[in-house]
Amino acid sequence: MAWSAYEPERKSVYLDPKVSRSVKVLVVGHFAVGKTTYIGSVSEIEPLQTEEEITEASVGFDDLSETPDKTTTTVAMDFGRLTLSDDLVLYIFGTPGQERFKQMWEGLSRGALGALVLVDPERLEETFPILDLVEAFGLPYVVGVNTFDGRTHFPLSEVCEALNLPDETPVIDCDVRDQDSSMEALITLVKHLLSSLG
Amino acid sequence: MHDDPSDELELTAPLVPFFVMAKGRVLPRDSEYEHTTMITAQDSALATVRTLAPEARAVIDLLANGYLSVAEVAAHTQLPLGIVRILLAQMADDDLIHVRNPVPHAERHDPALLTAVLHGLERIRTGA
Repeated sequence: MAWSAYEPERKSVYLDPKVSRSVKVLVVGHFAVGKTTYIGSVSEIEPLQTEEEITEASVGFDDLSETPDKTTTTVAMDFGRLTLSDDLVLYIFGTPGQERFKQMWEGLSRGALGALVLVDPERLEETFPILDLVEAFGLPYVVGVNTFDGRTHFPLSEVCEALNLPDETPVIDCDVRDQDSSMEALITLVKHLLSSLG
Repeated sequence: MHDDPSDELELTAPLVPFFVMAKGRVLPRDSEYEHTTMITAQDSALATVRTLAPEARAVIDLLANGYLSVAEVAAHTQLPLGIVRILLAQMADDDLIHVRNPVPHAERHDPALLTAVLHGLERIRTGA
């Protein structure tokens, strides 16, 4: 895989037994924006996947037409882990951004420190629903503009303007395949969280 | 797409329906057994592991060697998160597991916590 050269050294499957505190951040963005690659770049363990069941309004096709107006869908979600100190661990959850996954966001956003919103500069319009969700759940966030291979570089100020972001929201370049660049985005997020405390 | 007859024989659902695994129990409250709640097996659980249902046994076997988050338990056992949460609630009632809850929600604005997170990330970035 293209990003394997940047793959961090993987740790044991198990948590250090002294770890007693866990926190989480969300990595959000539209389909195929690079969330899974990002998690692979920062995680100390092989990225993992959970299957979560969500209930959503059913489409009235064929065999579903006789069921009530709800149906259950399984959504796969990627996540990774970073042990930050002897007793503290950070989990990074890649969260799909579609409105119909709102139910999943309720569980995931509860207690989350904040969110990294990944953006493809060539598909900016797909980021608006994501920003709506992040704001609806009251998550502080920073925006990482994924610098895909061979794409035109978009000035961050233009991205910021196009997304109509508040002035205080940090916007940074982020190569999701690169460990340093991906770590820098997390650091920017946490610095932003600290500075918002005033 | 269906040239290979063996395709038709492939199982597309688990042999045991999820409601059987859950034994009719309902999901614990949202604030319990969250994604980042950390779990390990109690030593005494290993003695009773043979009496457990296969899914519960898989969870205890996994947790016999250390702590993992609820999300990691679901990922490693390939069970849906909801099923894992129900199983864990039952196991806690039966004193089979130790539970470490995540940092309380109110503390996410705690400067000391955020500073610890920041220092941890910076230490990893510099490879110290």
